[in-house]
Amino acid sequence: MRTIEGRPGLFNASIAEQYWLKLGHPCTANILHLTAACRIIWASMTDRAILKIGNLTKKFGPLTAVDHISFSVGSGEIIGLLGPNGAGKTTTINMVLGILKPTEGIIEILGHNVQQSGPELRKNMNFAAVYAHVPANLTVRQNLWVFGYLYETKNLRKRIAFLLEEFDLQDFADTKAGLLSSGEMSRLNLAKAVINEPCLLLLDEPTASLDPSIAQLVREKIKDYVKRTGAGIVWTSHNMNEIEAVCDRVLFLSHGRILLSGNPAALPSEHGKKDLEELFIAVAREPLVLKG
Amino acid sequence: MSISRIWAIFIRQFFLFKGNPTRLISIFVWLIIDIVQWGFITRYLATLGQATFSFITFILGAIILFSFMTRIQQGIMMAFLEDIWSQNFINIFASPLRVKEYLSGLVLTSTTTSIVGFIVMVVIAGVAFGYSVFKLGMLLLPFMAILFFFGIAMGIFVSAIIFKLGPSAEWLGWPIPLVLSIFSGVYYPIGTLPPFLRIFSALVPPSYIFEGMRVILTKGVPAAGFASDLLIAALLTTAYLLLAGLFFNRIYLQNLKSGSIARFNAEAL
Repeated sequence: MRTIEGRPGLFNASIAEQYWLKLGHPCTANILHLTAACRIIWASMTDRAILKIGNLTKKFGPLTAVDHISFSVGSGEIIGLLGPNGAGKTTTINMVLGILKPTEGIIEILGHNVQQSGPELRKNMNFAAVYAHVPANLTVRQNLWVFGYLYETKNLRKRIAFLLEEFDLQDFADTKAGLLSSGEMSRLNLAKAVINEPCLLLLDEPTASLDPSIAQLVREKIKDYVKRTGAGIVWTSHNMNEIEAVCDRVLFLSHGRILLSGNPAALPSEHGKKDLEELFIAVAREPLVLKG
Repeated sequence: MSISRIWAIFIRQFFLFKGNPTRLISIFVWLIIDIVQWGFITRYLATLGQATFSFITFILGAIILFSFMTRIQQGIMMAFLEDIWSQNFINIFASPLRVKEYLSGLVLTSTTTSIVGFIVMVVIAGVAFGYSVFKLGMLLLPFMAILFFFGIAMGIFVSAIIFKLGPSAEWLGWPIPLVLSIFSGVYYPIGTLPPFLRIFSALVPPSYIFEGMRVILTKGVPAAGFASDLLIAALLTTAYLLLAGLFFNRIYLQNLKSGSIARFNAEAL
């Protein structure tokens, strides 16, 4: 088994990450009150990851759902979290979101420890997941008002108008969310996910159950968002073509561990596989005998 | 505490009322039924035998105040249940919202609907039965304040129980006011209860209110020791409010650990 860790680029992220975690967080500036753009610029200038995870573990009784995983997400980077059902992807995302307490390990967002910083840190992130519905009995516009206030979005009226236009939701603005089609609902979930212009966006199968045309549109919107804001993204999907088209780096999870990581275009050939899908199947079926 | 986030929880409920007028009607229907039914019952009781005091004056007043408390409790529970029914917990608790802000939003929602309901009851009692709750004078304020905060404590406590046991425990929230009414002296003096049940009455803040109210309305002046009873009721209410808040927070932390928040819906629990 071969495990590749770290960001591609100028330094060995694995060693740097361990050094960082041992040192603690030599953060001298309180960046929580800066605008999203400033925070991202700060992160890229200081070469600090937007998200940094170290030795993250979650146990449910005897079951270890996530087993000492470490990785980081840089500014403007889209990381694909891959793995079979039950591999630990959603558990990892839930821990980053702060709705699941890790058994051990560290999660840092913009250099701040999630557990120590409290809910205020969540102003810097947001998420969309196929299983997390916005209230179906509120209209599209009402949902955006509610979540705008929850994330303390500035100039909310203007922001909502922008998002309705950006995600082609003007015609449905006063339609109850429960009456939307899957595609419209996904666009609403995404609009909600970027309402606070997060530095870190967690997307758990954002295109599941969408037709290829709408899935393509959603991918483009997310890529545009990253390009425009420099946000970091963690993306889970079972669609390997999508992952290859969108992600800068992928992490393969199996039984709660990171089995492989690397460039989605290069990784299959490195492991003697034709494409990402074939590699996925190999990881899912025989994770322990996969050779690098 | 962020006003914006408390406001988010409040307007989420406000939008529900705005979007569906039947929800608005549901606030009033039960209150109107309560007041009309008890209005006629007390009018009938007043015709029997030689009543030593006006049944209308006491029971109708007690019903209005007890309903106010009940609506506060159920309002908080209903607002909490809305988030369960719409499977909105992940969105809410993955946001920067703090537990105390969430609870404050629920309380704000419930307070608004309960005050509207209280006004409706007062108007109907006045117009249909010639009763004014304001006969109690300035004492109405401490009475209502204690019942208000005790209603909040009960609402938070019941929500915490549902948060712990899952949506299937929803039914637990509905009979609680009825159980409390047994020990609260709403319909009869506490002395009617057997001695061992009076111990429970001593632990229920509304019992001090309704006992005190009964004496004031029959004798015209508060009983000796009324001030200390009011103080005990206030202290008990404060303690229950604090305990309910801590209990809810404890359940929240337990759910964070077990992962229940992420899969909190009617199908999963």
